[in-house]
Amino acid sequence: MVATLVKLRFLILANSLKGKPWQIVAVVIGALYGIGVLFGAVIGLSALSLAPTELARTITVLAGAVTILGWIVLPLIGPGTDQTVEPSRLAIFPIPLNKLVLALAVSGVLGVPGIVTSIAALSTAVTWWAHPLAALAAVVCAVVGVFTCVVGSRAVTALSTGLGSGRRFREAKGILIFIPLVLLGPIMIGLTALLRGSLDALPGIADIVAWTPLGAIWSVPGYIVEGNAGRAAAGFAIGLATLAILTLVWRSSLRHALENPARASSPTKNGTRKLGLFGVFPATPWGAVAARALTYWLRDPRYAQSLIVIPLVPVLLFVYSGNMGSQGVLNALGPIVALLLALSIFTDISYDNTAFALHLSTGVSGRDDRLGRVVALGVFAVPVSVLLTVASVWFTNSWQVLPGLLGMVFGLLLSGFALSSVISGRFAFPVPAPGESPFKARPGGGFMLTLSTFATWGGLIVLVLPESILAIVGFVTGEAIYGWLALVVALVLGTVMLVIGVRWGGAILDRRGPELLVELQSNK
Amino acid sequence: MSLTDPAHTDPAQNVSAQNVSAQNVSAQNVSAQNAPAQADPAQVLPPVRDAHGPALEIRGLTKRFGAKVAVDNLSLTVPSGSFYGLVGPNGAGKTTTLSMATGLMRPDAGDIVIHGVNVWHDLLKAKRLVGVLSDGVRLFDRLTGTQLVTYAGLLSGMDRATVAERTNDLLNLLDLESAGGTLVVDYSAGMTKKIALACALVHAPSLLVLDEPFESVDPVSAANIRDILDGFVKSGGTVIVSSHAMDLVQRMCDHVAVIAQGRVLAAGTTEEVRQGSTLEDRFVDLVGGRRTGEGPEWLRLS
Repeated sequence: MVATLVKLRFLILANSLKGKPWQIVAVVIGALYGIGVLFGAVIGLSALSLAPTELARTITVLAGAVTILGWIVLPLIGPGTDQTVEPSRLAIFPIPLNKLVLALAVSGVLGVPGIVTSIAALSTAVTWWAHPLAALAAVVCAVVGVFTCVVGSRAVTALSTGLGSGRRFREAKGILIFIPLVLLGPIMIGLTALLRGSLDALPGIADIVAWTPLGAIWSVPGYIVEGNAGRAAAGFAIGLATLAILTLVWRSSLRHALENPARASSPTKNGTRKLGLFGVFPATPWGAVAARALTYWLRDPRYAQSLIVIPLVPVLLFVYSGNMGSQGVLNALGPIVALLLALSIFTDISYDNTAFALHLSTGVSGRDDRLGRVVALGVFAVPVSVLLTVASVWFTNSWQVLPGLLGMVFGLLLSGFALSSVISGRFAFPVPAPGESPFKARPGGGFMLTLSTFATWGGLIVLVLPESILAIVGFVTGEAIYGWLALVVALVLGTVMLVIGVRWGGAILDRRGPELLVELQSNK
Repeated sequence: MSLTDPAHTDPAQNVSAQNVSAQNVSAQNVSAQNAPAQADPAQVLPPVRDAHGPALEIRGLTKRFGAKVAVDNLSLTVPSGSFYGLVGPNGAGKTTTLSMATGLMRPDAGDIVIHGVNVWHDLLKAKRLVGVLSDGVRLFDRLTGTQLVTYAGLLSGMDRATVAERTNDLLNLLDLESAGGTLVVDYSAGMTKKIALACALVHAPSLLVLDEPFESVDPVSAANIRDILDGFVKSGGTVIVSSHAMDLVQRMCDHVAVIAQGRVLAAGTTEEVRQGSTLEDRFVDLVGGRRTGEGPEWLRLS
């Protein structure tokens, strides 16, 4: 049974990659990255064998605790949960629960992250190689630790999905959880500042962590070397108890999931038959597309994901500007928001998924399709970007850079709309399907998406070079004329590009609509 | 339409039928030349235009996916005003054929003509004539039912007043009036089919192409949908449905084509095709693949 499930898992991975060379490349690059990290970890842990015992223990305990914490937290905030073998799909098979728990745990360990963690954990044995007994204990503890990671992550995921099964709750959670992720930078800055001030306190911290479920299991070999047998036994007991409790929690939530398979939430009845935004935009094909797209901006968590970043950008910039001791950084707010917003629709048709068939079957022209999507975005992106630019200049009291900044903002917005119009009309991207978590990644898909995002950003930066150069010359020389020139160039050049982009993108869509639909269908 | 149909003994149905006939007063002025003068739901459907020549004519249609030939030199004529059933085993090429016929997938070879309009030469004009319900295609399900039908109407280039009127009529007709404000993502499978049908009807096509319209639709709704389609055909429209439900096709369709492995095995009026036997038996004869025997020994419990 265990072997069957493990085999199933790798079979699914292999089949999902079959005939998709780019995803294979992505997986290989991901694997190389993992090997790189692993190599560093193994070297580091081996080198620790030459270090004093206290230092080695401090580092292994802290690193181990961070590893377990990462395993438990990452699936909640990132696309890291590997649900290839989803428990609910196994519900129909007569598999004894205990066997299922064991099988899922083992198949979790044998995934790529599991293997990387296992090798790193096992190499703690090298750290303690000079003391055979400790090295032996390190191997045993590594096994316990790795299973704690896997079981812990599964238990927390199962618990969090069990909390609410309604669509709205699930979607709201998926978005809210994003906030701490974006603020990770400032949090890290705060933490490093704290640590820098208290480097000497680290051993003390490690001693405390060694009493917690996160660090206990990793402290055992160190205490054995120091001859502190009682402390080592206590650590081992805490570690085992942690694993046992997590397993019990996971087992019970697994049983709950098997007995109460997820079902669609009941329809939320309300009698209103309002047209919403469809009554606001003009009753033309492009107006309808704009109304639909803007409705999606408000209702679809995949779009909300790009919106929720916007209020966080000023926070990030404020922290970084404080860290770098320069308020000028804050002035980048407008252009950064403009860049993010302008390119947020370059996967728009991929987000539609096969619902795009409605556009094809009603025969809406490619130009109306492109125009509607740009209008929906422009309606809020332009005012928001301009407002944030003015606000940042007001805050830093540097009004002389406003024209140049506005030039960059308008350049980024208009050219970005143009670029997005062409790209989203031409390519289907492996984005999460409607209703899926905005963070769910297909095998290798996340990498491809990141790559194309960066390529698009690069393309946009080339497109806005003229106005950006003028604006930057203005910032450096302090001559106001360059800023105003940048603004004029941005408006003229950007408008021309937008017209070209919408027409060109529309023509591509008219020509290749059916082929695009086939690509979307294969992404489905 | 049969008045003994169970759907019409339903009191809720009577209420909506009354609504419908009230609205007919305005609709009949426009559609007097097409609509029969009896109180049936189809009268709210807008008049059918361009109904000359065969509704759909397919010649030598071919489509390959890699090495697999999905549609193999397929030819088919659907007469105007017919209720045409398309049946075939899984993977026979029904959906592929219908996708190509409605301009959603480009054929490798062959001609498709809808009411004299060559689909792949004059895509836009052809799409105006056709209403499509695709199987296995998502909807913009973050819109409410009302919004989705409105969206389909506006995309077809209709004005706001017409769209609003027809959306209202269609939601009443399909018993979705109470769900008009609910997001389509929260609909049941049957309601989703019905709202997709409303999207296909809103621009008053003369040819309706429906891929598996009855899948997961409850019997009452299915009967209602059948009435609407019957009325649509009576008023001069043409309906093509693909289905696995042989019984349903035999009762509902006046023409039928059996497709397997991308080819037409038999086509004509339902009577011609079934040759005195039931459509299901005839289908199994034509397609083959029935095995005799009772399955392996271990599966027999006694």
